[in-house]
Amino acid sequence: MRAIVYIRLKTEVLDPQGQAIESALKNLGENNINNIRQGKLIEMDIEAKNIQEAEEKIEKITKSLLANTVIEEYSIEIS
Amino acid sequence: MDIYESHSINKKEKELLLNYLGRDPSHTEIGIFSVMWSEHCSYKSSRHWLKKLHTEGIQVIQGPGENAGVVDIGDNQAIIFKMESHNHPSFIEPYQGAATGVGGIMRDVFTMGARPIALVNSIRFGELTHPKTKFLLSGVVAGIGGYGNCVGIPTIAGETGFDSSYNGNNLVNAMCVGLTTKDKIFYSKASGIGNPVVYVGAKTGRDGIHGATMASGEFDDESEKNRPTVQVGDPYAEKLLLEACLELMQKDAIISIQDMGAAGLTSSSVEMADKGKVGIQLNLDNIPTRQQNLTAYEMMLSESQERMLMVLKPEKTEIAKEVFEKWDVDFAIVGKITETNNIVVLHNGMIEADIPIKFLTDNAPMYKREKIKKNKRKRKLQLLPSIKPKDAILKILNSPNICSKKWIWEQYDRTIMANTLNDAGGDAGLVRIENTEKAIAMSCDVNPRYCHADAKKGAMQAVAECWRNIISMGAKPLAITNCLNFGNPEKPEIMNDFVETIIGIRDASIALDFPVVSGNVSLYNETNGDAIKNTPTIGGVGLVENISVLNNFGSLNIGDSIYMIGKKGSHLSCSTLEEVYNGESSIDPPEIDLYQEKLNGNGVLELIQEKIITSCHDISDGGMIVTICEMIMLDDRGATINIVDNNKMMGELFGEDQSRYIITISPELESIFEKKMKKRGVKYEPIGYITSSQLKINDSIIISNNEIRDAYESLIPSVMNNMA
Amino acid sequence: MNVTIIRFPGTNCDLDTANAVKKVLGIVPKIISCKEDKIPKSDLIIIPGGFSYGDYLRSGAIAAREPIMDDLELRANQGVYIIGICNGFQILTERKLLQGSLLKNSSLKFISKSVELKINRNDTFFTSKYQTDEVVNIPIAHHDGNFFADQDTLDSIEDNNQVALRYLNPINGSLNNIAGLYNKNLNILGLMPHPERAVDLKTGTNDGSRIFESALNFYST
Repeated sequence: MRAIVYIRLKTEVLDPQGQAIESALKNLGENNINNIRQGKLIEMDIEAKNIQEAEEKIEKITKSLLANTVIEEYSIEIS
Repeated sequence: MDIYESHSINKKEKELLLNYLGRDPSHTEIGIFSVMWSEHCSYKSSRHWLKKLHTEGIQVIQGPGENAGVVDIGDNQAIIFKMESHNHPSFIEPYQGAATGVGGIMRDVFTMGARPIALVNSIRFGELTHPKTKFLLSGVVAGIGGYGNCVGIPTIAGETGFDSSYNGNNLVNAMCVGLTTKDKIFYSKASGIGNPVVYVGAKTGRDGIHGATMASGEFDDESEKNRPTVQVGDPYAEKLLLEACLELMQKDAIISIQDMGAAGLTSSSVEMADKGKVGIQLNLDNIPTRQQNLTAYEMMLSESQERMLMVLKPEKTEIAKEVFEKWDVDFAIVGKITETNNIVVLHNGMIEADIPIKFLTDNAPMYKREKIKKNKRKRKLQLLPSIKPKDAILKILNSPNICSKKWIWEQYDRTIMANTLNDAGGDAGLVRIENTEKAIAMSCDVNPRYCHADAKKGAMQAVAECWRNIISMGAKPLAITNCLNFGNPEKPEIMNDFVETIIGIRDASIALDFPVVSGNVSLYNETNGDAIKNTPTIGGVGLVENISVLNNFGSLNIGDSIYMIGKKGSHLSCSTLEEVYNGESSIDPPEIDLYQEKLNGNGVLELIQEKIITSCHDISDGGMIVTICEMIMLDDRGATINIVDNNKMMGELFGEDQSRYIITISPELESIFEKKMKKRGVKYEPIGYITSSQLKINDSIIISNNEIRDAYESLIPSVMNNMA
Repeated sequence: MNVTIIRFPGTNCDLDTANAVKKVLGIVPKIISCKEDKIPKSDLIIIPGGFSYGDYLRSGAIAAREPIMDDLELRANQGVYIIGICNGFQILTERKLLQGSLLKNSSLKFISKSVELKINRNDTFFTSKYQTDEVVNIPIAHHDGNFFADQDTLDSIEDNNQVALRYLNPINGSLNNIAGLYNKNLNILGLMPHPERAVDLKTGTNDGSRIFESALNFYST
């Protein structure tokens, strides 16, 4: 199975990279784009009996390493 | 386009190749020939002329021809250093191009056994207002910092220039300085038939295939699409490789070692075998790879970073393996030294290449290209009569080539290793040698405006400027490295400039006992036929024997007298003043008298070493007044300056006459100073004195410290912090 | 006094820190690899600066999960004194031995300069040789030094007087200008500035020496 973990800064945490992208777009004349947040995507193959087990495993490694829950939130996609 | 052309092997070279081999080459062999015969690896246009450089001196342990040059600094210690260009990759992908440039030059230095102790760089971009400049500048600076900061080597000096000739070809010249003991210097010469050839470092991928041929061709608008050929740097891997190599070097296991730079496995294996006059056999089945199914061609040409090739003593292979495994660095025996004098490449049980090494090295094509001196039309200096000195001072301080580069150097870790002695500023970087009272000064210099106007004079000036910057730190200049950045050498006028540059460097380094110990040539710096200004960057090192003489040096005291060493200025042709007001410069750079240079420099060195003066800066771009402004800004002081003849004001303030310094001195030591200078025959002129604040010239011109600082510091942040 | 320095792959301030301890205290510290099973008996453990594991994923994230950190946590709970400098600070927050987190500088750039810092309190193991509110000069060199904590955490840090150092002027976006932080028990200090680069006037400043001297002072009195 293929798992994708999306990680982004929590909404209350300032995201200067997102802001920089937004201001660059505004400089390019794209004025209708707002609230840009930048994040990262980590993908991997995982062996598991079923989706539920895969999800549990991915959740565990995400909490323990992939994301820092002090500042980041995440979502998991398994296919 | 046939397969030879697509490998940048021209018709004549193809005939030569077929003649050498006496058969059709395999695809892998064509690849090997193409990179070994590229300008980048073979120096085919420059080799003949490079031999004319001055490369000797009692301080020289190793001159050009190895991974880097080596100079003696006494007490069984040696400095290993080199500068290298990474121009083409940095234009295509500025962050990675600059980062891998820094990584490559560091490997050249630690390959030879030295721990890197400092990085220096010279970077040049198109006009600050050019749409690409901001992107390139911010990427290059982040890349240099990203790599050096992570490996943990301080970046302590450099220069940044802007000129329209770099609009389509920026320059990144990176220099690394390392320290070792004289009995622990490692060379690339392979020996010992049957000895194992070992690969260490990062895994091989498809990165940068054809980087060496890319660096040997001109750019056109299509080049920017060549991104996949740019290598990606991994400074973390470099740090591990550095520590592992230095640890193994303490274990008497290495016979020869060579960094895998341009043309990767091919050039490193060929060079090692060539130096030792032996053969080498590689079995590619054992190469650690990042991707599956790499072909022999791809492995031989890959420019994946952070890799080394070594020949080990067979009985020490296990020890070596343990060291590299401890540092999480790949280690693989990939071949052996043979007596055939051929490079033989095996893969999947097939012989992929079998080439006599001399065909790739000594017998590679060498061109004595046509050169024609093109007389540049002399234009008369035309300055606007209405220029007011105060406006000119502020305008120059606010111009791209003179203004503060703090925005840049604040992104470089300058204090790691805790030995940086002049972080606050100065003409050259200065690092102490751990556990000693010695320090190494280093600087990178060239003035492309002068070089463009007169290749020979410009080259002499670059060497002299570097020498001067090192002297001003109280260091004895030792030796230089260089990066010769030029346009297409097949154009006779460019080839002519190249040759005159070599002669200029040679003359200056002989006169100043400042020999060339390493270097690099970067040709074809052209886009759509427009060449860069000749840019022979000179990187020099010098030695401070005892840093206690520098105590209290470099700080201005109120009431100190200001003197100029050398004659008053008058030469405004080709000056910064002219550039700032007229855009272009006239074709008449200042004369340089190497005898005078040496006389003045040695005089200044004595003044510093005998603690007679309180500070010293050389006079360069922008003339005397820029030097004085820089000095008073550093210490937040003022200065009062007297110009006797108002008609000569502009020349004295802004003239770029050579071989000059500004010094400050406590008034009670003036008579000793004068006596010493007269004894040496050094000319000097009283200029004024240091005050608590503001710059005052003849009571009529007053500039506040805030005005000076604003002009000097505001330009780059205002451009860069406004990123599109 | 036994001082131990833990080196991770990518640590690059281990030698500087060892030299500083030697210079200032005359003590030769032990540098150990993070691959060791246990930390030797120590009165002070230092996690120096650098780019552990390349700072890939997040600064300090991978190092914080090394097995040796279990032992470090044990020592921390026993009250052993620990300093994390720069990347060491990041590792300690990733390990949650210190609160909050260190984000990218608000400028998104690496910043290397000597900065003015205010000592928040001088009644700790690490600061007895300073004066409260004293302003000192110590270099910083980091890309991710922007201290962040949610409002409740920040309030509790301030209420418990856990701030060690503050930047005199905003520099990297840190909340409340926090440059250095203690844990609640005051036996762990994390700081972004590099005191080991500030132990010799010849290199510009020796204002960092007193952090090490304060530690020695504690054991010798």
